[in-house]
Amino acid sequence: MKFTPWSQDVALALLATLREEKGPVLMALQLMQKEFGYVDPACVGLIAHFFNKSRADVHGVLTFYHDLRTTPPLEHQISICVAEACQAVGVRTLAKEAKARFGDMVNDSFCFGNCALGPTAMVDGKLIGRATVGKIESAFQ
Amino acid sequence: MRVFVPGDSAATSIGADEVAQAIALHDPSLEIVRNGSRGALWLETLVEVETPTGRIGYGPVTPDDVESLFDADFLKAGAHPLLLGKIDAIEWLASQDRITFARVGIVDPSSLIDYEAHGGLVGLRKALLLTREEIIDEVTESGLRGRGGAGFPVGLKWRTVSQTINAEKYICCNADEGDSGTFADRMLIEGDPFTLIEGMVIAAIAVGATKGIVYLRSEYPHAISALQRAINVARANSVLGSQILGTSYEFDIQIRIGAGSYVCGEETAMLESIEGKRGVVRAKPPVPAIEGLFGLPTVINNVLTLSTVPMILAEGAKTYKAFGVGRSLGTQVFQLAGNVARGGIVEKAFGVTLNELVHTYGAGTLSGRPLRAVQIGGPLGSYFSTAQLETSMDYESLLTAGGMLGHGGIVIFDESVDLAEQAKFAMEFCAFESCGKCTPCRIGSTRGAETIDLIIRGVKVDENKKLLLDLCEVMTDGSLCAMGALTPLPVKSAMINFPEDFTGAPK
Repeated sequence: MKFTPWSQDVALALLATLREEKGPVLMALQLMQKEFGYVDPACVGLIAHFFNKSRADVHGVLTFYHDLRTTPPLEHQISICVAEACQAVGVRTLAKEAKARFGDMVNDSFCFGNCALGPTAMVDGKLIGRATVGKIESAFQ
Repeated sequence: MRVFVPGDSAATSIGADEVAQAIALHDPSLEIVRNGSRGALWLETLVEVETPTGRIGYGPVTPDDVESLFDADFLKAGAHPLLLGKIDAIEWLASQDRITFARVGIVDPSSLIDYEAHGGLVGLRKALLLTREEIIDEVTESGLRGRGGAGFPVGLKWRTVSQTINAEKYICCNADEGDSGTFADRMLIEGDPFTLIEGMVIAAIAVGATKGIVYLRSEYPHAISALQRAINVARANSVLGSQILGTSYEFDIQIRIGAGSYVCGEETAMLESIEGKRGVVRAKPPVPAIEGLFGLPTVINNVLTLSTVPMILAEGAKTYKAFGVGRSLGTQVFQLAGNVARGGIVEKAFGVTLNELVHTYGAGTLSGRPLRAVQIGGPLGSYFSTAQLETSMDYESLLTAGGMLGHGGIVIFDESVDLAEQAKFAMEFCAFESCGKCTPCRIGSTRGAETIDLIIRGVKVDENKKLLLDLCEVMTDGSLCAMGALTPLPVKSAMINFPEDFTGAPK
């Protein structure tokens, strides 16, 4: 997936689109991640200043949510559902194989709502049912 | 000529987009409708063609089958090994009680015209002729209870919000469907989003709200775009906006997207998250109906709850409550998941047995190995054994059986499952997802996982089992919300119903 390289000017322009929103901090962090692929540590002070919050407020939100990351993403993003319905169809083995093959690109996730066609993975934004290591690899964008 | 190829993300996860492309490539003149899924996910990709005698289905179709479908003249219902015949006549679908899911898989989810052609907006038009009190009376009379899991009477909640005097109130739809084994909210939003919008508008009129929020999970990107498209169409056609269907009522909906936190499906944590904060649970009282989003009176209902309201208004409370048993009235959208041969959506009146769902509809396990356990109600729900298959699926019977209905997810496991591992996972999941506000949940879950690990390794098994049960009691009684209070449910049910997995003997 393609992301914009981190830029404070781009970030400020994006934050301006949220000026009218009530409770904008989480939305702001999500917007940063969508644009740059991650939330640059510089965003904390920027968002705090822009919305008149404390840095602690923003840091607290940033560190609470599993979706938000503070380092640039790797080449591919692979999330494998490791919850019960996928466990019932062997995801424990699949997750181990995938981690051996793709290393740190693999993240655990909990449920994509594809529980009748598991195991399920999300690969670079595409949902894969009845997932195998081979299907994951061929889904790379 | 219209051909239907589901755009539902379960169908696309196994190749529906590629099937649609192959059909379009072969005959560019065809109109391909990307409908939702009928819910028979074991038949996906289920391709349907419109014929003079009704819609004819073929499935499960892979992209490689498309050439042979054209060779068999499938546009005229030609014979083919994948021919299923008339979709409406398939027993698996025909025997269901489709009310909330009546239109899912049938209509074009992006078309308001199609929605109205299939009975859409009838409920809203009726509601506009009633007083607020009369709408709430009708919903109360129907016996509808919250389908998110808590089962709270909807009419009572609406009346509480309606009686507050604030000028500004909110309707919040909880679409943070995080339970493993559940996908009904997602499928409804992807397959029939106008029903949810209509239900929210009716709720807004009933309680006097002008603003609506749908809190939708980030794991559901396709549902987010389907709902946003439908909201835009609804705005353009005065179903949302400042003059709803030409009246003076005003209501609009905004989507707020979650960020991967399970506990944000808990209603007060969800409110915190919508306010842009950490998803930390609030103490009650005050209840959200009095002091909810941004401190204002707020109706919080699940997707399925709100999406059932239009039918209740359209057909009347009496029609709805003719389904079901005891205090569990109407239908439940069950979701068959996990190691199941025929998984998907089974909407049935309350009172269907677990056995009917697992065997008649589910057709047993996908692996073909013997069934061993069924988890009902998501990660906070109980593990049932095969001795409990005759349990009636309704709120009260499930409570009596030591479980809970939750959001209606049913996860099936074959004999390879190790219930001690499942119990340990329940505690680990709680540790990972706990918001951290209260101690029994935050610390207890980690201690619980450690204790189960000791049992698995055969260390002081009897002592640790006693300790684990004691810990479960503390978590049940001492946690602020369902996350910590219900995590003991899968743990204890696994210990009680599958004691042979907790002996500490090497496996």
